[in-house]
Amino acid sequence: MSDLLVMLVVFAASSAIGYAMISKVPQRLHTPLMSMTNAISASTIIAALLLFSSKLDSPHKVLAAAAVALAAFNVVGGFTVTGRMLKMFKKQ
Amino acid sequence: MNNAANIAVDIAIILVLIAGISRFRTPAGARFGNAMAALALLFAVAVALYRNPILSSNAALAALALAASSLAAWRVSANINMTRIPSLVAFQNGAGGLAALLVAIVEMSGAGPAPGAVASAAAAVSVSLGAATFSGSMIASLKLAGKIRQTPTVIPGHNIALLVLSAACAAAAALMFAPGDPTSALVSLAFLSLAFGALFSIRIGGADMPVLISFLNAATGMAAAFCGIVIQNRLLIACGAVVASSGFILTMVMCRAMNRSLMNIIAGGKAPARAHASSSATVSSPETTAEPSAPVDVSQPEQPEADPHSRAADALRDAKKLIVIPGYGMAIAQAQSETVALAGMLEQAGTEVKYAVHPVAGRMPGHMHVLLAEADVDYDKLFEMDDINAEFAETDVALIVGACDVVNPAAKEKEGTPISGMPVLNAGDARSVIVCNFDDKPGYSGVPNPIYERPNAILLFGDAKATLASLIAELK
Repeated sequence: MSDLLVMLVVFAASSAIGYAMISKVPQRLHTPLMSMTNAISASTIIAALLLFSSKLDSPHKVLAAAAVALAAFNVVGGFTVTGRMLKMFKKQ
Repeated sequence: MNNAANIAVDIAIILVLIAGISRFRTPAGARFGNAMAALALLFAVAVALYRNPILSSNAALAALALAASSLAAWRVSANINMTRIPSLVAFQNGAGGLAALLVAIVEMSGAGPAPGAVASAAAAVSVSLGAATFSGSMIASLKLAGKIRQTPTVIPGHNIALLVLSAACAAAAALMFAPGDPTSALVSLAFLSLAFGALFSIRIGGADMPVLISFLNAATGMAAAFCGIVIQNRLLIACGAVVASSGFILTMVMCRAMNRSLMNIIAGGKAPARAHASSSATVSSPETTAEPSAPVDVSQPEQPEADPHSRAADALRDAKKLIVIPGYGMAIAQAQSETVALAGMLEQAGTEVKYAVHPVAGRMPGHMHVLLAEADVDYDKLFEMDDINAEFAETDVALIVGACDVVNPAAKEKEGTPISGMPVLNAGDARSVIVCNFDDKPGYSGVPNPIYERPNAILLFGDAKATLASLIAELK
């Protein structure tokens, strides 16, 4: 039960801190912000990789590999494209 | 797992992540912040794998999936044309949702120990949200790429279908707690949620896309957080929660900018008969709110003066202050470089130039800023609505490029239209208003724009890229 409590605290605290931080992001950075948080949401890659820490039968191996590939696409693509976008913002 | 050192490491990683996000105040800071967040995620993966190493029999497959997909993602993202960003972001979001779905299914049906009630409940949420965001994001991505119709698609009994699907999802989720293998219940839940996401998304379109995109972003974050509860990983919960609140904030910002509630947008099912965005493809049937003949006459010059092109050129030449208002039409016409070139030319000649960006202009939050940044606009010249709205009254020329609803004074002056009460840019207050829109049709809302009929309006209908190019040639 204490595990659940810890998880709830982590969830609530992260939501609150995230809310406070993100409320201050100016409108001009909304697309990069969304693109970056989109990449962060692919932190499911942690869970996907950890699937390989236990024994899997073949069908589950395939599903787990698909999960890793999809999450990796999101995380790598998300950070790359955010970086590209931000590089375009210039001040003369 | 819960010893002090582990907790300290986890907190440190979360702090790096949050510090990264907190750098999103200026573009230069955000570049650093993006790198910090990526680093935090890399650490989170490394720590997780250090604590639970991958079995050597699985390592090759895991590495292959990771490497191949990362390479593909990098190649796509590094080369994609910036105008396809909205579609790509939606696509990536969908990939993340599907990953959350697959993780929860493998986790629940794998050979591991029977999951407890908390893990089962979290897995149900994760599967459901993951599936719905996957199908919803794919539809959004196709809409944004122009592969399917951008306007809302409403099926008969749309609301009832959504309600039935949610009830069926709840039933499937409840079945997971029945004794025995939960796999079939999970798979049914996944398919029902896929259908729900598709139906949910297909009904939202056009100018409401920024809300949908932000909302889907929040939903994937939530799916990730619940995935974290399934595998009891604090870092994953924290990452997911931060993304969920970010998506939620953006959703609310977009709703507020349209003066509509989230429910109104997602459950409204409003299908405007005319969509400015797609007017090149479909000239829709006349609708009741628009007087059929009045706007058409406007394209014929009513003023005795010569053609509107030379009037526009004169107004621009004489302008001491110019405010440019970009809209989604600028994105469709790919007219951002011409817009910026014209503005830059006038600036060289001594005109004060600013850009006014409405919060919901375009198809995702901040869409116009990215397009203009790509066209090399100094971001200090981009102003948000509240900061610039008072300045239109002392502006010589407001140059509208592919924007309609966001400058429509009917939002303030008329009751009972779909945009009534929506804050708009006061473009009409400028001495002259040059309109470079595709045609005189109303914007996505279907509300005719009275600016077109005002004496200070100079209407240059047609492809904005060509219009602006000819203005540039004339002013040279």
